[in-house]
Parts: sequence; C-alpha cells; structure tokens
Amino acid sequence: MDHLDQLFGTYAAVFAATIAGFILVVTALIASRLLAPFSVERNKGTSYECGMLPLRRAQTSIGMRYYLYAILFIIFDVEAVFIFPWALSYVEVGPMAYYEMLVFIGILAAGLAYAWKKGALKWQ
Amino acid sequence: MTWPLFGMDMPVVLDLFIRMNIIVILMTVMVMGLIYIERKVLARFQMRLGPTRTGPMGLLQSVADALKLVAKEDVRPTNADPWVFELAPYFVFVPIFIGFVVVPFASGLEVRVLDLGLFYLLAASSVNLVGWVMAGWGSDNRYAIIGGLRSVAQSISYELPLVLSLLAVAMVADSLNLTEIVAGQAGAPNILWQPMAFLIFFIAMIAELNRPPFDIPVGESEVVGGPFVEYSGIRWSMFFLAEYAALFIMALVGSAVFLGGWAWPFGEQLGLPWQIVLTTVKTSMMIFVVFWVRVTVPRMRIDQLMAFAWKLLLPLSFAQILVNGAVLVYELPSGLTHALLAGSGVAGVFIMMWVINRSVSRPRPRPVLIPRTDQTWEATR
Repeated sequence: MDHLDQLFGTYAAVFAATIAGFILVVTALIASRLLAPFSVERNKGTSYECGMLPLRRAQTSIGMRYYLYAILFIIFDVEAVFIFPWALSYVEVGPMAYYEMLVFIGILAAGLAYAWKKGALKWQ
Repeated sequence: MTWPLFGMDMPVVLDLFIRMNIIVILMTVMVMGLIYIERKVLARFQMRLGPTRTGPMGLLQSVADALKLVAKEDVRPTNADPWVFELAPYFVFVPIFIGFVVVPFASGLEVRVLDLGLFYLLAASSVNLVGWVMAGWGSDNRYAIIGGLRSVAQSISYELPLVLSLLAVAMVADSLNLTEIVAGQAGAPNILWQPMAFLIFFIAMIAELNRPPFDIPVGESEVVGGPFVEYSGIRWSMFFLAEYAALFIMALVGSAVFLGGWAWPFGEQLGLPWQIVLTTVKTSMMIFVVFWVRVTVPRMRIDQLMAFAWKLLLPLSFAQILVNGAVLVYELPSGLTHALLAGSGVAGVFIMMWVINRSVSRPRPRPVLIPRTDQTWEATR
C-alpha cells in the first residue's frame, strides 16, 4: 500500500504538470483575447503565399521519401524500446543476455545495411 | 503522507503545488532570459551591440516583446482546420513542459524522482512532434506543410542517435533515474567515459531543437518560418516558448547526464547553493555552445542532414552500446573497465571526425557529362 502511495505520489506529479501546462497556454490565450484588437477584414483569412492568392488547398499528397524514413524510424524506435529494459538488467543475467542482444542488433544492422544498399537512405 | 521540501515536511498537495510553481516561474523567466541572451550573444559574434534601448542594457527587451505579442491580433486563416490549428500550440508546448518534472536542479530539488526518468523525458519530449505536424497540416499553407513534414523527418531521424547515446550512458550509470545518474557522478562526470555519446547527444540535441545548422524545417529563406507561418500573436509566441523551453531542458539533461549536474566535482558536501551554481554554470555552457554553433556553421542541406543521422550517428551509437555491453557484462576490474570505455569513446570521436573531415574536404568527382552526338540531337528533335 505504501508502495502504491509512493507511485501515485510521483506519477500524480506528471498529471498535475500536464494540467499546469494546459493552464499556462490557456491563460496566455485568454490574456490575448482580452488585450488584442480584432477587426473583420475580407482578405485577412487568405493563406500567406508571397502575395499571390493560393490556387487550391495545400493539403494534398506527401512525398514518398517521408514514409520511407518513417518506416525505418518505427523499426529502430521499437528496437530502442526493447533495448531499454535490457540495458538495466543484462549484467545480472550474464554474458548470455549480451550475446542475445548482439544477435538482435545484428539482425537490425543487417536491415539497416540492406536499406542503405537499396538506396532508401538517399534523399531523392 | 508528506514530502520533504527545503527541510520541512508538508502535505503532498502543497509540496507539489510549490514545486510546480517554482518550475513554471523558472521556465518563463529562463525563456525570456534566453531570448535576450541569444540576441546579445549573436550580436557580439557579429560585432553588433544587440538590444540596448529597452531598460538598462536592453534587459527588458523580452518583456516588451512578450507584451507586444499578447496585444497582437490572433488571426486564423479561413481555410485552416479550426481544431487542428487551435490545438497545435498546446501539443507543442505541454510535452516540453511536463519534461521539467524529472529534471534535477540540485540534490532533492526536483518536482518528483521517477525511476524511469530518462525514458519518461524522452517519451514526453517526442510527443512535441505531433504538435509540429498539426501546425503544419492544420494551417493549410504550402510553406507550413513542407516545414512540418521536414520537421518530423528530421526529428525522427535524430531521435534515434539521441535515445541511443543517452542509453549508452544509462548502461554505464546502471540507472534510468536522472537523480541517481547525477548522484553517481560525484567522483567523475560521465563525459570522461562516454565522450562519443556526448558528442552524438549534442549534435542530435541541436537537430531535435531545429536550431541552426539543422534549421531546415524553420529556415526563413526557404519556408519562411516553416510550420508556424500562419500563426500570429500569442499562438506564435507559444511556439517560441516551447522552442526555448526545449533548449533549456535539453541543456539541463545534457549537463545532468554527461557533465555531472550538481554532483561533480563537490558532491553533496557544499550544500544547496553551490549545487545550484554548478547546475547553472554547466547548463549555461551547453546553451552558449549551442548559440556559438549557430553563428559558426552554415545551414546543412537536407540530404546531408539525413545521411549524417542514418549513416554515421546511428551506427556509431549502436557500436557504443555494444562496446559498453561487452565491457560491462564481464565485470572486469574497475580501472580496466573505465579505460576500455573511455578508449572506445575517444576512438569513436576520431572515427567521427575522420568521416566528417573526409566528406567535407574532398568533394566527390563530378559525373562526366557525355556530349550529345549528332544522332541523339536529331532524335530528340
């Protein structure tokens, strides 16, 4: 029970900080609402594009290369999440745990090498 | 249940409230101070004076700027997605802010000690990216959308070296708890055992913060400010606040994890004021170097930037983790362990410098242009 209290005591702070952050932004926005001028103007709402009127909506298609990097990132980030618990406990488990991680990182390194060879890391 | 604060026991809620207030005030004051200091430092580097008119030595410049920004009209483009556009400042700022919960300023002077502090900090600060994409996507502007996508591509690429270099240090310190990591460095800072991890962390940190020379997402001459082109007044200032708060927190983490935070070189024997002074000095040094890099190095091209992260920093940080694992798992005598760690780190730094030097100094041979023969000329016509 004491342990639970401790856990709540520490992670409640994260929750409180989230609320405090939102309150900070809201306060600033309210202050601006109260102080800032406002006027209705017809062309004020057009999006900024060097003075020209934009032709159509900007939310169109996205280059393929961003997806490539995103896929690579997901693989390696999940891997990093796996390494985190390993990094704190492998010394107790002994050399075997290290060799297993060596195999795991080796497979991922092979994946990176493959992506490199295929030219996925080249910005095109 | 009570928590001790400044030697007094007080209820949990009150303690939390006081600590949170300290954090909020410290952060806002630091952001204002950092903006002023950055302008002054940049000006000195460029043989200018910087702000001098507002207050003594221009000290009130940031206050004047903040007041001006609050009193500016908050414009929203007609085509913008109202929800995404209005919520983006929250998602940019709040994740950075909640990172301050675990940062140790001095012994016992942090909001809360989390056992997974480092992990939590990294997880929280990467949520920030969502806000940048929201700002880019929501404002219905081509510059904004390009800036948002570039920002996310760059940040996810540099996230991996950042995480892995901090992990390498966590392996040496055998903890993810920031307070324990700092307290364990009373004898010697981690930078001595992990110099390459520090270098990788520093580069990745500048890239994560979108600061020059990695400021392609917010480059003024290319995408006129990137994701926040359409933002004005107080919403725009939220992006700025988040940017400088992120700089502050990253410098704090760097000084805590690598430079020994409040613990090195005096430990706990000299009391709270000295610990705060040490943290301040180390953090200021980190921040000053970030400003220094900004004025010294020109902006990188995006292909160079991505190649640098994926082809150099990522393999090197993996190698550092594997070396650390091999050295630590066999539980060698302490002197040999530290010598091996430091030696591998220094070797890594030299490999890194060699690769950078090679790619900078010797340009690739240009592709040979094959002159068109008459036939091809005729065929194209």
